[in-house]
Amino acid sequence: MMKNENIIQYIYGIADNALILGQRLSELCGHGPILEVDIAMTNMALDLLGQTRSYYQYAAQLSGEEKTEDDVAFLRLEKQYRNVLLVEQPNKHFGYIITRQFFYDVFHLLLLEELQNSKDETLSAIAKKGIKEVSYHQRFSSDWIKRLGDGTAESHNKIQEAVDDLWQYTDELFHMTEDDAIALENGVGVDTATLKEKYNNRIKEVLEEASLVVPETKWFQKGGKQGIHSEHMGYLLADLQYMQRTYPNMKW
Amino acid sequence: MTIELERHIDPALIPILEEVHDPEIPVLSIMDMGVVRSARILENVVQVTITPTYSGCPAMDVLGEDIINAFAKENIEAKVSLVLSPAWTTDWITPRGRKALEKYGIAAPLDEEADKEALLGGKKIVKCPQCGSTNTKMISQFGSTACKALFQCNDCLEPFDYFKCLK
Ligand SMILES: [Zn+2]
Repeated sequence: MMKNENIIQYIYGIADNALILGQRLSELCGHGPILEVDIAMTNMALDLLGQTRSYYQYAAQLSGEEKTEDDVAFLRLEKQYRNVLLVEQPNKHFGYIITRQFFYDVFHLLLLEELQNSKDETLSAIAKKGIKEVSYHQRFSSDWIKRLGDGTAESHNKIQEAVDDLWQYTDELFHMTEDDAIALENGVGVDTATLKEKYNNRIKEVLEEASLVVPETKWFQKGGKQGIHSEHMGYLLADLQYMQRTYPNMKW
Repeated sequence: MTIELERHIDPALIPILEEVHDPEIPVLSIMDMGVVRSARILENVVQVTITPTYSGCPAMDVLGEDIINAFAKENIEAKVSLVLSPAWTTDWITPRGRKALEKYGIAAPLDEEADKEALLGGKKIVKCPQCGSTNTKMISQFGSTACKALFQCNDCLEPFDYFKCLK
């Protein structure tokens, strides 16, 4: 039997990734290396935050309490966020930002392509809307991977370094939590474990075109889905939650 | 509610809905924009459903309030809710809406195939809304809002927005 709490947790597992990655991209507003990239990054942040709102509104409604999307976004504790470690990694340099985005976009699109078949009409509708947006994101990040990989020796080395560093966070995308399993059994959720092969193929295809190599990592990081985050998450949340924590119930 | 399969708009309500404009493109009414999915009168309250152009479109919150205010001016109570499915597409912009866009200085969306050729293939097919030349180039795939790309005309040199095709 699926309880509302299971589906709420399932929603957090998807939406928290969008929120945290959206927050990371928002940090770039006014700091992009060139105007086009600056605008593109903030537009992608806006897409992700828009999707987050739809998910959180639904989760708040399912909670049966008098909660709003803002409570869900701003008033949880670090351990209650279900995002993967990948999306909370900091904006180290542009190569990192693009690689993090690319690694997430490829997964995100595969996920939404499945989620649109969910028995849950709301999740299906959010996914269908999101597919159009995330296709753009994937195209954007893939193009930049190729440009940087095929660019100068320096850009090539830097992007390869980012690929090597961030690859260890990708395996967690395919881990199924208990709530994921319950959602799957009930026709609501996606079997993320089955997306891994397609994911690896798509990643490899783009990296090879960019003359980059997929690292042979044996050890993969995990924990975000269980609420055990890297140290970067605390700083991110301090920034994200500051206004609501300092001035409870404030509105713009 | 997230789904509104059939478009159903009570004709009596259209004149008021046409008074409401997109806050980011003031020449375009929400009817011409194609974001109104339904409008009905139920127990003396007008129930309107709208669909966002993009998930994160900041104009949607403002639009909801503007609709309520437009009906309030006629002493009619209105409620607005958001639906996500079916997802909005640029095909829902009316011919009148497309003309209004062009007149305002925004190039209207091309069909899907041509859009791809213009944005990705660098094909010169987007028409400059100032002088009508198709000798134009893309400056940035993202423009002043998520739904637009930034172009420049090679003939009259004016920069302009192109409303991207969304299918
Ligand atoms: Zn011109």
